[in-house]
Amino acid sequence: MERVPILKLGDILIVSIQIDLQDMSVLALQEDLSERVVATGARGVIIDITAVEIVDSFIGRMLATIAAISRMLDAETIVVGMRPAVAITLVELGLSLGGVRTALNLEKGVALLNQIENQTPTATW
Amino acid sequence: MTTAEELPINVNGDVVLVRQRVRTVAVNVGLSLVDQTKVVTAASELARNALVYAGGGQVRVEVVHNGVRQGLRMTFSDNGPGIPDIEQALTDGWTTGNGLGLGLSGSRRLVDEFALESTPGEGTLITVTKWAR
Repeated sequence: MERVPILKLGDILIVSIQIDLQDMSVLALQEDLSERVVATGARGVIIDITAVEIVDSFIGRMLATIAAISRMLDAETIVVGMRPAVAITLVELGLSLGGVRTALNLEKGVALLNQIENQTPTATW
Repeated sequence: MTTAEELPINVNGDVVLVRQRVRTVAVNVGLSLVDQTKVVTAASELARNALVYAGGGQVRVEVVHNGVRQGLRMTFSDNGPGIPDIEQALTDGWTTGNGLGLGLSGSRRLVDEFALESTPGEGTLITVTKWAR
């Protein structure tokens, strides 16, 4: 099974998926990322799927799960680089990835993380 | 020219091989990039279903013709437990496993033709076709 490398840049973790993901690699990535978020205290995770040719319901669910886990560990997840054909297919499949933030490319993803960081959250209770 | 091939779906890595093979055939048949992506995604969903719910199976991938149109047909077969209520199984969100319940219903939306035959205790046969425009 191939593992997806996780790169650290400042307080951001960057994952660029360059392989044709099999389910086991997807699950390993989920665990590896959660551990790295805690170990590094990262405030953001960027998942680059520029090279990913298809996102099926399993991979889509993995992206949503990673976003949810990271949020619980105090980090935001941004998925960047989705191909237009992948977006069309995902919506038709019935997966809109509601809880996942996206940006068109890595640069915009980093900008979005900085923007989130600068927003002061206001308590509602 | 008729080309057909059978691919096994027995281990996790087979799902990836099915996707790659279907992509190659989809390109040869002349499907647009979006349609290639749709048919490969459907292949991934149905291959995983065969693996997860039936413990394995196989898929026949072939090029089909309708007049001058070319298409790609995939026939997934397994000897698993079968699907007792097909209508229910084709509903969004319905699952017996721990998936999202989008595999069957979603795949149906991604292809042009979708046929499902299943006999409880004997297995399931799913035939899907995507035509080049």
